[in-house]
Amino acid sequence: MSKDKLFIILQNTEDARPFTEAFEQENPNAVFKYDQPGMIRIENNGFLGITKEVVSELAGHEVELQELHLVLVSLSGHVDEDDDYFRLSWN
Amino acid sequence: MAKKLNMRKRYEVLTRGLGWEPTYQPKEKVFPQETYEGIKIVDWDKWEDPFRLTTDAYWKYQAEKDKKLYAVIDSFAQNNGHLNITDASYINALKIFIQGVSPLEYGAHRGYANLARQFSGEGAQLACQMQSIDELRHSQTQIHTLSHYNKHFTGLHDPFHMHDRVWYLSVPKSYFDDARASGPFEFITSISFAFEYILTNLLFVPFMSGAAHNGDMATVTFGFSAQSDESRHMTLGLEIIKFIVEQHEDNLEIVQGWIDKHFWRAYRVLGLVSAMQDYMLPDSPMSWKEAWDIYFVDNCGALFNDLGRYGLRMPKFHEQATVEAEHLSHQVYTVLYQFSNAAGFQTTVPTKEKMDWLSEKYPNTFDKYYRPRWEMYAQMEKEGKRYFNAGLPQICQVCQVPMCFTEISKGKPMDLSYRVSEFNSDKYHTCSDGCKEIFDHEPEKYTHAWIPPHQIFQGNCGGAEISDVLKYYNFNPEDGGEYHGSADEQMWKSAHGNNDNNSDAKESV
Amino acid sequence: MSVKTNFGEYPVGNKDAIENFHGNQLVYIAWDNHLAIGPANVFAFPPEMSFSTLTEEVIPNIIGAHPDFECVDWTTATWVLDGEPLSPNMGESLIENGVGHKSLLRFKTPGLNGYQGTGN
Repeated sequence: MSKDKLFIILQNTEDARPFTEAFEQENPNAVFKYDQPGMIRIENNGFLGITKEVVSELAGHEVELQELHLVLVSLSGHVDEDDDYFRLSWN
Repeated sequence: MAKKLNMRKRYEVLTRGLGWEPTYQPKEKVFPQETYEGIKIVDWDKWEDPFRLTTDAYWKYQAEKDKKLYAVIDSFAQNNGHLNITDASYINALKIFIQGVSPLEYGAHRGYANLARQFSGEGAQLACQMQSIDELRHSQTQIHTLSHYNKHFTGLHDPFHMHDRVWYLSVPKSYFDDARASGPFEFITSISFAFEYILTNLLFVPFMSGAAHNGDMATVTFGFSAQSDESRHMTLGLEIIKFIVEQHEDNLEIVQGWIDKHFWRAYRVLGLVSAMQDYMLPDSPMSWKEAWDIYFVDNCGALFNDLGRYGLRMPKFHEQATVEAEHLSHQVYTVLYQFSNAAGFQTTVPTKEKMDWLSEKYPNTFDKYYRPRWEMYAQMEKEGKRYFNAGLPQICQVCQVPMCFTEISKGKPMDLSYRVSEFNSDKYHTCSDGCKEIFDHEPEKYTHAWIPPHQIFQGNCGGAEISDVLKYYNFNPEDGGEYHGSADEQMWKSAHGNNDNNSDAKESV
Repeated sequence: MSVKTNFGEYPVGNKDAIENFHGNQLVYIAWDNHLAIGPANVFAFPPEMSFSTLTEEVIPNIIGAHPDFECVDWTTATWVLDGEPLSPNMGESLIENGVGHKSLLRFKTPGLNGYQGTGN
């Protein structure tokens, strides 16, 4: 496996949908795993990120990115967060 | 109206410039624990919480999480959710959880409250305050959620009392007490990094997913609700490690030593989780070994690959933990099975389906080493001689797990592993090189260990008879022993009437 | 190595000092190649207790449930005390045989290697 694999796990719920879809749209190489009940595991090499713009558009209303906390199960890597984006990376 | 500040600015305003230099007392008297461990902090302002949660946002999101959780708990109770789980034997895993884990959450609450007081940096104080409140919330929500099960099942009635006394609960308790009896930097390295970052995924993620798999939506909800906080704690744990080693070059060696020690301590505690996951969930979505490969081998491989630039390396003895992954749950559950006559949960020989699942998940070990053991116990049970060990087990002086581990890394998986140290002309027995090294590093600390069987012999646990000790633990006679024929199984059968095919299919071989 | 402390010396203590056991000493006993029985067991015995009490009463009470038990022949059993081979004198006491406080005593029963020879 790649040495810089990252993951984020979100609950498999309606509230999480705009976030999950944003990860899908904004990280074309990411892998989505649904094999564990109740959750979605998103993996990528080196980087995972979403923007407020895309999440809000998918939700159909303005979303504060910190609402991610309500559906977050686990993650790895260094977090970089601001009003407009949320990113995970190694190095 | 003033323009709204952005996230970075809001966090900065909250965590910088609110402290002051004391004038009535020297600073080292105001923060008396900050230097004695040898950690050197030159600039606390370098501490940054990557999530940049401010107090208003924190309360808003925590309130939202609680609202969701309590809505689920209510509907779970209204719909008799306890009858919709896969099998009553599943509840035994929850018993270990509330007896073993929930009191740790409370211990963490106290530990972080202490750190919020002892660290002089305002960013660190705020982060520790929030975590302290999180941990209290976890402890409370776990108690609230499982209180519904307490109305219907045994063993859930007095977890905090049990935690301070019972032999298998001294495993998690002694680990947390060890961390809490250390200085603030060792505590935070232990709990925030070694436990939360490296290992907590193994506790919560597969176990909660397992709860979903077994129809226990209440536990899933509190688990995921707590886990969203854990993600924040893990992120903080990583930041803390980077912060400490970046502050001064002398810090690296000290921190690496703590990572080594507390990785091993926490890993030994998770032995209980491995048994819950592989044996106590009637339907397991993932084996311990699979979870170990994903959450330790892959994830921590990437983590330490990244931390290498600070000079940090993988925790010592991690190879041994990985080699043990194919044996751990079998060895630990054997102990729980043999001594469950003195436990607050019931055990039983795995069902035929379960054994086949274990064969599939553990192709190198289960049929060769462990299936014969279960077949022997099943035979004994069939002859009316259900096996319980007639004595008390030898316990490791450090991890306090009964000494059931074997010489796996020496290629002898059926030879028990014994280590011994001499200190002040007395012997101290440990279960592994990892535990022996921890003992030898700080023998003065571990000679104070409260070893449950030894305490029974000293007369400190209610009396010499097993019934006296169970009374001291506040266990009721129906709490422990064999699951078949237990009060829990009878309740389950009568609640499901004669229409239930489920329990027949689950009968043991 | 020693514990770093904030104030003075770390208090010296030994929760399991022999004085705390009311005249008894702790002994750990294990039957090798029989993991189904469990980890080593811990007992509190008077140091003057004869070694033969172990083979006649104590150990059978623990291992009697195992199918191999009826074939145990104590005359061929081999013993290891604290990592060193031991030829116990059955008539002598534990302490005369060198079994001290917190000694680990392991024994093997040649020919008996656990349930179906699997070490269980």
